[in-house]
Amino acid sequence: MFLRNRTPIRNQALENALFARRAIIAFVGVIILMFVLLSNLYNIQVNSYDKYQTQANGNRIKVIPIAPNRGLIYDRNGTILAENKPSHSLEIIPEKTKNLTETIDALAKLVTITDEERERFLKSVKRQRRFKSIVLKSRLTPKQVAQLSVNLHQIPAARIEARLKRHYPFAHILTHALGYVAKLNKKDQARIIAAGEEATYAATRDIGRLGIEKFYQKLLHGQPGYREIEVNNRGRVVRILNEVAPEHGQDLYLNLDINLQKKAYQELAGRRGSVVAIDPNNGAVLAMVSSPSYDPNLFVHGISGKNYRALLSADKPLINRATQGTYPPASTIKQLMSIVALEEKIITEKTSIRDPGWFRLPNVERPFRDHLAWGHGKVDVYKAMLKSCDTFFYDVANRLGIDRISTFMDRFGFGQKSGVDIYEEKQAIMPSRAWKRARHNQPWYPGDTISLGIGQSYWTATPIQLANSTAIVAASGQFFTPQLLGASQGANGLLQLPADERPPVILRDNYNWKIAQKGMWGVVNKLGGTAYNVFKGANYVSAGKTGTAQLISIAEDEEYDEEKISERHRDNAMYVGYAPFDKPEIALTVVVENAGGGGSSAAPIARKLFDVYLDQRSISPSLVVNQQSTADHNVVGHTH
Amino acid sequence: MNDNKAGFAKPQSLSDKIHIDFLLLAGLLALMCISLIVIYSASGENMAMVKRQGINMAASIGAMVIAAQFPPTFLRRWAVPLYLVGIGLLVATLLFGHVGKGAQRWIDFGFAKFQPSEAMKLILPIMIAHYITRYALPAKLKHVTIGTILIGIPVFLIYKQPDLGTSILVGSAGIFALFLAGMSWRIIGSLAIAAIPFSFMMWSFFLHDYQKRRVLTFLNPELDPLGNGYHIIQSKIAIGSGGLEGKGWLNGTQSQLEFLPERHTDFIFSVLSEEFGLFGVIALLCVYLFIMARCLFIANNAQEPFSKILAGAITLTFFVYLFVNIGMVSGLLPVVGVPLPLVSYGGTSMITLMSGFGIIMAIQTHRKFNR
Repeated sequence: MFLRNRTPIRNQALENALFARRAIIAFVGVIILMFVLLSNLYNIQVNSYDKYQTQANGNRIKVIPIAPNRGLIYDRNGTILAENKPSHSLEIIPEKTKNLTETIDALAKLVTITDEERERFLKSVKRQRRFKSIVLKSRLTPKQVAQLSVNLHQIPAARIEARLKRHYPFAHILTHALGYVAKLNKKDQARIIAAGEEATYAATRDIGRLGIEKFYQKLLHGQPGYREIEVNNRGRVVRILNEVAPEHGQDLYLNLDINLQKKAYQELAGRRGSVVAIDPNNGAVLAMVSSPSYDPNLFVHGISGKNYRALLSADKPLINRATQGTYPPASTIKQLMSIVALEEKIITEKTSIRDPGWFRLPNVERPFRDHLAWGHGKVDVYKAMLKSCDTFFYDVANRLGIDRISTFMDRFGFGQKSGVDIYEEKQAIMPSRAWKRARHNQPWYPGDTISLGIGQSYWTATPIQLANSTAIVAASGQFFTPQLLGASQGANGLLQLPADERPPVILRDNYNWKIAQKGMWGVVNKLGGTAYNVFKGANYVSAGKTGTAQLISIAEDEEYDEEKISERHRDNAMYVGYAPFDKPEIALTVVVENAGGGGSSAAPIARKLFDVYLDQRSISPSLVVNQQSTADHNVVGHTH
Repeated sequence: MNDNKAGFAKPQSLSDKIHIDFLLLAGLLALMCISLIVIYSASGENMAMVKRQGINMAASIGAMVIAAQFPPTFLRRWAVPLYLVGIGLLVATLLFGHVGKGAQRWIDFGFAKFQPSEAMKLILPIMIAHYITRYALPAKLKHVTIGTILIGIPVFLIYKQPDLGTSILVGSAGIFALFLAGMSWRIIGSLAIAAIPFSFMMWSFFLHDYQKRRVLTFLNPELDPLGNGYHIIQSKIAIGSGGLEGKGWLNGTQSQLEFLPERHTDFIFSVLSEEFGLFGVIALLCVYLFIMARCLFIANNAQEPFSKILAGAITLTFFVYLFVNIGMVSGLLPVVGVPLPLVSYGGTSMITLMSGFGIIMAIQTHRKFNR
């Protein structure tokens, strides 16, 4: 053949056979390798299918929690005290800009951006994912929103976001009772994790930090919803697969009466002091004011360092004086002291003493002086209260002794937290032998007992303790835990919070209540009573007791301030009282620090508050919440 | 023997007239259809991209038709000059080449860019087949040695660009030619043993850092799940979550949501596996197997050893493409830039591949009357 002619030494048949052999080997190799590929693919697609299926879904499906709207807070008349308002904030998505600083500079030409805002923004940029939008400036005014909106198209990385933010329309007036919400911080986060509530708080930005907002955080918060979304490799949302709406938090109706509260705040007029008003029939807290106060809205958006430092002033606006201010109760406990003395048969209704203007213990040089240097003359228990005679109660205390006083006052809640539904509370001090031993490592001296008779010595009390003890006297022994919350409105309708009744204070002789009440009545209604002039002309009958405390500081840790010392040496003006006399509806305490006499400085405030509360009641006797039901769990069907 | 008498041309079929093998063409067109369907999905339903690939396909079919017109003797005559020019261009690429993606692969002629390493995928098997068949088969040690040197030069030059994938393909094209020429098993065995110290040397002296990283990642992708391991992990998730039947066309979450890298090019097999499942994969492999079977049949039917060896080498190289590609996306092999032949998006490799099939068609259709 032709080929053989050209290369005669070659054996074509042999070469063809060789190639065929090699080609078959190669083809077999191909098939083997294909089976290797296939068996590997079979392993991946069939044996490990579940694993990879799960991973693929894990890649694409993300569950995004949706924060519930916080429950609203109303007062007893249905006036809104805490609401959720859309707040506009300027935000930047870091991923969308090459140069963050330039972007901020560009925005700074449109609105003022403080160094603090800039710093805070740059800090959170480091913590967040690049495609998440981060707040640069919050609380934009409508004018700023307008200015920005017009120019924002030039800065694609920036946008205006509207979020619901807590707003307190009454600002300063309710701060200490209502509290506020603030951004969740690391501590909150740790607490949430410890409580196993990460799921509940997954999308939540704000948490109750004080007062009612903190105490009822759980009720107010609600249940988060979630959205199952499909995301791409950059975490961007492609579509929504499933959505479960959040359940908004419960709305709270407080026992507070905003008109009374407002009046009390106005009457304190920025002075240091406090007002607590309680309904003696159920322990409902009608007013709780601490002055000076501050704007809780500042905390909602993150308070600036400058604003916060201003709150650390000597006047201590951050303290809730109503529950944390510990004052010597002074003469405001004289009616209680009378009851103990009557109960222990130290005195009777008819017993009287001669008051020379001082009381002296045997073997003690220094006399205990009455506030009236020449004395009140012949004094019985009524006159002792009417004139606030010190000598009478020095003598009574001396004869009672520390143990009987201490035990009895414990029954009125002194030296214990009142249990009101906020966390910020001090128990103050009801001294006893054991207490003095533990606290000062000293024995109890008879001299210590004498000044207890006029509510001085080691005895301190918070305004809410005083208000509640007054309520107990007004209700002849009925004892309720003070409650700010009246009712809550959730998915199940309106739930009335039952009054928290404690074992009443039972006297051996019930008539002793009448004596104390009559004594307090005299203070207001009898000529010469320390509050007689103040309450003249009121269209209701009230009872009360003035007090003038000879002590300065409200807190043990207060610093010595030379400039203020003269003013701070002045007496605290105090008043406790209730009204109407025969069917009490309100019992209150007024404390004005360093304002001088209780009759002249505190009682007038009490008068105005009674006026407001009892007047308003006569106009609209049925209060919104009380209308629904009386005591007990009373669920009223309600649709939202 | 009686059919193939010198000087007697058997009556020409249509296939012989236009030098196209219809069976092979059918297989290739089937692959291209699959390619367009998967690219449409992988590109996020980008019709423009599908059109561009259609144009690439048309051009490569044109290249195939042209290549099919040249009888094998023509290729053989031009083997040495083509080889020399190819080497020259590779050197030129290294010296003046256009840098793209960190590698010099292109020569810019001003009017067009040209990738000499692609041409080498065909030139080298032509050269080796030509050289080795000048002597009686099976090939002797001496000729195998010289053949190896002829292979080594372009492989080294391409590797230096650096382009590991192409140098593997070019190298295997040459080695398959030697293998089909009957290189003795003893030589194959010793080369296999020699490969072990050689690969150590490669590792320490020649491999670039990014190549080393690829190999390390291949050995344990979980080492670096967000860096180099990411591609392999995501690809395996795509393939695995496809299961037996797949998620359906356009429904692959890994590909549609862009978790898969290089979806329409190197990792297109993962898209196909995710959307069409193991059944789709088997169908694809059957098409490949059919094409290779047809090509090896043509090779075996060819009349001279040069044609046989050339057709065989081109066919086996085609297999290397798909083996390396599927192996790498399914985690059997390290990631080297080798496309899934005729399915991955891209014109360059497709033109080379289809030219190769044109040569095989030429071998089949020029057979009877080409003396």
